[in-house]
Amino acid sequence: MKQNTDNNKEKYTGAEIFVKCLEAEGIDLVFGYPGGAVLHIYDELHKQNEVTHILVRHEQGAVHAAEGFAKSSEKVGVVLVTSGPGATNAITGIADAYMDSVPIVVFTGQVRTALIGNDAFQEVDTVGITRPCVKHNFMITDVKDMASTIKKAFYVASSGRPGPVVVDIPKDITEDSCEFEYPDKVHMRSYRPNIEIKNNDINTAVKSILNSKKPVIYAGGGVINSNASSELTELAKYLNFPVTNTLMGLGCYPGDDDQFLQMLGMHGSYEANMAMHDCDLLIAVGARFDDRITGRLDKFSPNATVIHIDVDPSSISKNIKAHIPIIGDVKDAVKQISKQIIEKKLKPQNIDEWWAQINEWRKKDSFKYTQDSEIIKPQYVVDRLYDITNGDAFITSDVGQHQMWAAQLYKFNKPRRWINSGGLGTMGFGLPSAMGTQFANPDSLVCCVTGEASIQMCIQELSTCLQYGLPIKIINLNNRYMGMVRQWQEFFYEKRYAMSYMDALPDFVKLAQSYGHIGHKIDKPSDVDDAIKDAIKQKDRLVFLDFITDQNENVFPMIATGAAHNKMILS
Amino acid sequence: MRHVISVLLENESGALSRVAGLFSARSFNIESLSVAPSEDLSTSRMTIVTSGNDQVIEQIIKQLDKLLDVIEVSEITSNEHIEREIAFVKINNENIDDKMMEKFSKNEFLKIHKTKNSEIIIECVDSPQKINDFLESVKNIAIKIVRSGAVGINSN
Repeated sequence: MKQNTDNNKEKYTGAEIFVKCLEAEGIDLVFGYPGGAVLHIYDELHKQNEVTHILVRHEQGAVHAAEGFAKSSEKVGVVLVTSGPGATNAITGIADAYMDSVPIVVFTGQVRTALIGNDAFQEVDTVGITRPCVKHNFMITDVKDMASTIKKAFYVASSGRPGPVVVDIPKDITEDSCEFEYPDKVHMRSYRPNIEIKNNDINTAVKSILNSKKPVIYAGGGVINSNASSELTELAKYLNFPVTNTLMGLGCYPGDDDQFLQMLGMHGSYEANMAMHDCDLLIAVGARFDDRITGRLDKFSPNATVIHIDVDPSSISKNIKAHIPIIGDVKDAVKQISKQIIEKKLKPQNIDEWWAQINEWRKKDSFKYTQDSEIIKPQYVVDRLYDITNGDAFITSDVGQHQMWAAQLYKFNKPRRWINSGGLGTMGFGLPSAMGTQFANPDSLVCCVTGEASIQMCIQELSTCLQYGLPIKIINLNNRYMGMVRQWQEFFYEKRYAMSYMDALPDFVKLAQSYGHIGHKIDKPSDVDDAIKDAIKQKDRLVFLDFITDQNENVFPMIATGAAHNKMILS
Repeated sequence: MRHVISVLLENESGALSRVAGLFSARSFNIESLSVAPSEDLSTSRMTIVTSGNDQVIEQIIKQLDKLLDVIEVSEITSNEHIEREIAFVKINNENIDDKMMEKFSKNEFLKIHKTKNSEIIIECVDSPQKINDFLESVKNIAIKIVRSGAVGINSN
């Protein structure tokens, strides 16, 4: 409510200011769930039409939806939840966004400032609990700080290496009132995300690039976050260098291009991992050498000079020593390298021999499978999905075997089309992130490739999908096992399948129907195509396709934990 | 190897736990940590004594620098610097002979505080190494030891 003061400047409540800040920030979508501590804010949201609130069914779903929204667009995802359990339910999503550098801002309600520390109803130390899994967090303790804190939150989340920011708002702050002015600039003396790239580093990198006879470009999610796909592609094409992508980087280089070696790492292609092992120059672009990529550290790319481009200084030389570190925005760095090479028309070494070796490795065709029996191979479903959608759908996934098959076989030609949980590996990510993706891309086809174990972790969001008419296509690769757990137990625990069998599964067709959607069960390979085509024809309905797949299929190749890149299990 | 890291950070609630949490979350060693307001009351200066190989120390510095409340990080052991620490040692009078007392009294870095009972408290301000030496010399008679952790400053 507006109050006039002596000098006639209007005053607004904290809740009003909150909504005004979102408007000023250009936010039109918030994923959330109401509760006691945020009721003033919900009341204000109810009174206006600028900011649309999407009601999820569980706070974890809200955060994953915001992640899907952010990853599939270039915008910041926004979440609003209540105190206590609202905040703790959001933690998994926040940690997920932290690991995968997703720009989201999560607003959590908090008990009144006078009650903080008293173990009040629905009180939890949100700032304390979220501290290890946020880029930064704030608690607003004075309504006068509301606007500047929200401004900072959006700035921090989206600048430098993006990440989640939590803003904790005690209920009384949303009642208190003050004047409103949204700052147009942020000043934080302790936060300097824009690092100027050193010319020297660029020059040294250029020399190495031009001298290399066995180069590999290893590009990750940082290329997508920095919107540097076209710049990187242009440079790679000019140099004729092979390119491999991390799980998070898929789509940052065209998946069907001849120079693409497919994904690398634990379940990466034979050619990508062999090239990483044998290369003389490793150009890491927006990637962080995590353990699923490197395998055994002391056997990793033993003969390579490492150029590492990253916006986060702490990523450089954390796991693998970078001989030529380039700290700064990936796009700027790639542009500067291109300027030195492409504009000056400098030529790299002839690498025909290297390509001959790579093509030799390619002959292993390490993602191959045979669809010969009457049982549907999970890979076949992903393959058909790729063909039928012309590789142009937004694909979200959960975590496990289906995720790896989707990553291996769906060839992403554009960035921001592949939405998955890489770092944290969160089962339950697929469906809510598909919701966020669909909201950000309302006219596009969004498919969630999942498994019968993962989908049940956020299955409640089928209700949200009905409420907002989200025509997501769920591709459930149902092998009645937690497939990746079963695979590890088969390989490393002498087939003792402890708790990896999914007993007492629901009838997913009826489940989908009871949520108001269309459900189909497909158990013959010959029915796969029609099922996918028919589902896509349902432009305004969610379709749940339950594919009954081969229980014994494993993801290959595989590098066992702690093994070197050239020690792949191929089948 | 032992390293002393000086950190200038925002004097805000939560800043200390961000630093402490970072060390435990990433399994970095922490030998001592001391913190107090700096010359600018809106900031605090923290001295952290830690150990690790070069790669670990590089990560500690980078991770500290990444914290939003941290304004400046410097490793001060690699250059000329001064380090001081304070220690209190409580000793029963019975365990100190005159010769020992005389030695304590002559040491300019020591102060002797009498108590109302039969104990004395020796205050020692010196470099951490000298404090270690002193504590070693009294370890058999010390009832209680209180150390502050080191503070340090560059001197070049």
